[in-house]
Amino acid sequence: MTANQPGSSVPTSSQGSAATSRQASTRSTADHPARTGGTRRRHWPSLRINRSVLPTLAALLIFITMLAFGQFRYGRILQFNTLSNLLINNAQLIILAVALTFVIITGGIDLSVGAVVALCSVAGVLATQAGLPAPLAIGLMIALGLACGSLSGTLVQVFGVQPFIATLALMFLARGLASMLSTVPERLPEGSGLLALGQPIKLIDGPKVNDLTISPGVIIALAIVAVAYFLLHRTRFGRTIYAIGGSETSAELMGLPVARTKWLIYASSGTLSGIAAVVFTARLGIAQNITGLGWELDAIAATVIGGTLLTGGAGYVLGSVIGSLVLGLMIVLITRDGSVPPEMTTIITGGILLAFVVLQRAVVRQRR
Amino acid sequence: MKSSASPPDHPGSTSGPGTTPTKPGAVTGWLKRLFRLPWAGAIAAIIVLLAIDLMADSSYLAVSYNSSTGHLVGNLIDIMRAAAPVLMIATGMTLVIATAGIDLSVGSVMAAAGAVSMEFLSNNQNAASASAALSALALALALGTVLGLANGLLVTAVGLQPFISTLVMMLAARGLAKVITGGQNARATSEPFRFIANGYVLGLPVVFLIALVIAASVALVCRRTALGMMIEAVGLNPRAARLAGLRSRGLILTTYVVSGLLAAIAGVFATASVMVVDVSNTGYLMEMDAILAVVIGGTSLAGGKFSLGGAAAGALLIATLDKTVLFLGVPASATPAFKAAVIIALCLLQSQRARSWLASIKASRRSRADQTEAVAA
Repeated sequence: MTANQPGSSVPTSSQGSAATSRQASTRSTADHPARTGGTRRRHWPSLRINRSVLPTLAALLIFITMLAFGQFRYGRILQFNTLSNLLINNAQLIILAVALTFVIITGGIDLSVGAVVALCSVAGVLATQAGLPAPLAIGLMIALGLACGSLSGTLVQVFGVQPFIATLALMFLARGLASMLSTVPERLPEGSGLLALGQPIKLIDGPKVNDLTISPGVIIALAIVAVAYFLLHRTRFGRTIYAIGGSETSAELMGLPVARTKWLIYASSGTLSGIAAVVFTARLGIAQNITGLGWELDAIAATVIGGTLLTGGAGYVLGSVIGSLVLGLMIVLITRDGSVPPEMTTIITGGILLAFVVLQRAVVRQRR
Repeated sequence: MKSSASPPDHPGSTSGPGTTPTKPGAVTGWLKRLFRLPWAGAIAAIIVLLAIDLMADSSYLAVSYNSSTGHLVGNLIDIMRAAAPVLMIATGMTLVIATAGIDLSVGSVMAAAGAVSMEFLSNNQNAASASAALSALALALALGTVLGLANGLLVTAVGLQPFISTLVMMLAARGLAKVITGGQNARATSEPFRFIANGYVLGLPVVFLIALVIAASVALVCRRTALGMMIEAVGLNPRAARLAGLRSRGLILTTYVVSGLLAAIAGVFATASVMVVDVSNTGYLMEMDAILAVVIGGTSLAGGKFSLGGAAAGALLIATLDKTVLFLGVPASATPAFKAAVIIALCLLQSQRARSWLASIKASRRSRADQTEAVAA
């Protein structure tokens, strides 16, 4: 609820020009206790006091328990190819979860991510079929995502529409536009440069198929996580996000650029959905207007499992990554088990989300 | 509470009764009041759409009497039949939105309710009997009520945001529909069940009559008792409502249960007309139709004010729009995007900023009129 992140002193200078903010952010990074090394003791107590890390740690524990349980019960979990597939198959979910982490920390929501992915992938595949070279197609997909994100950002920020209504309307719009483009599965043409993005890269050649592989999609996802981590935890922009989530009015009174930050967050959420569409389409080679149905719930669940409060103000990018992996691993385990019908997965995801929300509520109540 | 004292007026209208000029005749005053009704815009849009149809085909509005079956046939009758499911979910959605909530699960609840009735009938030995059809109906309604109750409990007892709980239900209920039918589309034959959607009473489609009766009774219960006012009070300020002695939780819970029940009825309507449930397409994006109908009817998405008549007009408009699009040969896949664009436009019109713009425009025009009057005097 409150933005009591480690060292969450809100910048006091109120000049908001880009140049000064960049300057200030680099300065604050340099001054950070962890970087200077000498004052490590100051870093530890803040971690111990900060109880908002607890849910994230719980998620990590659950992930490890699930890994151990899967290995014990079904076998062949703790090995290179299962773990690489976990990353490769969930790269797009990780990207969406990062996008939603930012949005949810400000106390908002973006319900349009799944639909925007559908719109971007269908548009990208159709453009490639029409002969557009891969880099331009990728640019088109990301630009479409940015356009969707800017639209929802404008609705939320300029017109003051509630975030869930604005993004819900956008979800309908993006789905509608996607089905306007095509209602059948569209295939990427053979040899398209987009497909190369989905090709696995062998890192360690294990016995038989047991290789440690990685795909460009995974690299993109991890790069996004790294950038997001830096932005959220090491810059003024990130502090502003936490401040907005803690109390938007207070953030405004402190002279923080609330309007600009909120708009940027929705715009970046749309852009990241576009990137997720690129990663997903490159891996599958198929796009359809019903692609990404329910992904908004998966991304919200991943974020919440990772310890981000649905009410805003607290959360971690890395937690959301763990949350995505928990969901991905859950699907692997369900497939391995075979006794649960695959139709049940959405029900189970919903159930897990509810359980975590209730758990968070208990933690928050205790903290008060 | 001040909105409940005045008749349901349009959110955009800021001019009170004092500004109404007395000079023009009673007819224009009456017209003015008509235009201020929440559903005036929807009715006007329906008329425009029908006029377009009429231009494309001069016999579009003709309703003929089929003497061999005793049914009225014609495009208007088709529109009535198509409007029935939308009318049901829009009615439920209006109540939920009035409490400042939202129910995203209506489309999936439709699918789940349809699935349970189809699956029951297809496994029933004497599916043709009226009792089997009634039990299928009862099962569907019970499931809808349970799902609505689950939504309501998540919102009131667990305290989850409405859009999250109903988003979970939106995906879970569709999953449930797939679990019920085993992932397949279920079909069944049952003449009594089919009658619900395709039968005629007094020449009119029975499905429309049922929907109309249900919507009217919900409206009567809300507006002839204090219930509607209580729901609006909860939507305006839950805390103030509680301090005023209202049981906010119970009221909110009731609206979600009603919404689930009405969605189940809509699901029965939708499946009974074709006697097959398509688990991934029945009710798909129907929550958008419901929200669109509600917004067109002048209900604010921020809650605290609602108009069931407006929602009904909105539902009729959506049915007319769907039929017109089909009739004119516009690809049907274009309608969802168009509907979404309308929702976004109406959201913008309802937003604080747009309203203050409109108010300032109105104020400047009025002051100019006052000036000219003063000059004339």
